Amino acid sequence: MTQPLLAQYFPILVFLGIAGGIALAMVGGSILLARQKPDAEKLSAYECGFAPFDDTRRRFDVRFYLVAILFIIFDLEVAFLFPWAVTLGDIGWLGFFSMMGFLFVLTVGFIYEWRKGALDWE
Amino acid sequence: MTEFLNTPLGVLALTVAQALALLVPVLIGVAYLTWAERKVLAAMQLRRGPNVVGPFGLLQPFADAIKMLMKETIIPSGASRLLFLAAPILTFVLAMIAWAVIPVADGWAIADINVGILYLFAISSLGVYGVIIAGWASNSKYAFLGALRSAAQMVSYEVSIGFVIVTVLLCVGSLNLTEIVRAQATVWFVIPLFPMFVIFFISALAETNRAPFDLPEGESELVAGFFVEYSSMSFALFFLGEYANMILMSALATILFLGGWLPPLDIAPFNWVPSPIWFALKVAACLFVFIWARATFPRYRYDQLMRLGWKVFLPFSLLWLVLTAAVLKLTGWLPA
Repeated sequence: MTQPLLAQYFPILVFLGIAGGIALAMVGGSILLARQKPDAEKLSAYECGFAPFDDTRRRFDVRFYLVAILFIIFDLEVAFLFPWAVTLGDIGWLGFFSMMGFLFVLTVGFIYEWRKGALDWE
Repeated sequence: MTEFLNTPLGVLALTVAQALALLVPVLIGVAYLTWAERKVLAAMQLRRGPNVVGPFGLLQPFADAIKMLMKETIIPSGASRLLFLAAPILTFVLAMIAWAVIPVADGWAIADINVGILYLFAISSLGVYGVIIAGWASNSKYAFLGALRSAAQMVSYEVSIGFVIVTVLLCVGSLNLTEIVRAQATVWFVIPLFPMFVIFFISALAETNRAPFDLPEGESELVAGFFVEYSSMSFALFFLGEYANMILMSALATILFLGGWLPPLDIAPFNWVPSPIWFALKVAACLFVFIWARATFPRYRYDQLMRLGWKVFLPFSLLWLVLTAAVLKLTGWLPA
């Protein structure tokens, strides 16, 4: 690890450039090479042989919001666990039980969600 | 030569060469994964699979690519044009840049960053944006429903993957991918952490939208899910991204559980084989299971999928995480 910290991330930038270049070249190449002959029917949204009744961007099931909110809670928990897991050898029993306390509170919340039926999907 | 490599231009040239040396095999791997999938599925269903273009149909992926290239790019009249074109590019780019940190052999990681596993976790989380943007920008009901389902499914299983990764980190004490593999020199983590390996693998199937969790595509109900409106190279980019993600997930399973580039036993016939070959063999074995699962299992129902993710995997992986931490703490096996 003689490299300075930021230099380690430089290859990611190079990957970004190469991948973006390949992707743009592929889409652009196809648009240039292939014959484009659009018409109104071809460009209409897919539907089984009739015109769509109304706009797509309207109400949808609230459960998708619920899943997203639950995901944020638990993903934050995971992010919180990362540094704890790496340093568990150094922080002793106090560090161990601090996290157990946090996980206990979270589990209580999880059981509440479960009993409330937030995790059911009919 | 060494002087040139120390100049900024030299560093850039070297990094580009390294990146291409990894990305070109990955892309060829993606091409032949589509071929292998069709061949394996065919064999399991007592068919022949592609066998016309080239010997054993080996040139089929290239024929497919050229066909895709020559197709008309259709942008639906109701679509948001810029987002519609950006979504597949985003999916593809994300699937590619994750490879920057993968160590194919000891010291071969092109970006050997300290937080390698965190980077991979972040990039795979971003994958959901490509899906959501595609579904929204298409302005088609099927695409929108497919994108919603897909996003909910991907985030549900990501939580379990997170817990699995944290469990492995407890045994390693480092976020660096090379260190994770080195820690498995004595025993691969698949043996002590076998249940977590199973959870990781099934979650990887759900995360990459593969059968039996391919509901976002659900041909019989949603036609093709979020990419129903895509054609030509935009469609191909989604396809490439999805298959590159499958290879990435297999590589991750290899690094976290199957000992990365390490041979099964460090004795004579095994350690003659070069490390990258071991790595590729393990990834190929995982990919075979991906295809095998597709040939074997019927598709899950959506409520079953959500129940498995939230009510089975999440509590179980959390419990196993606490158990692992407690056992490591009590026995004093924690890495210093």
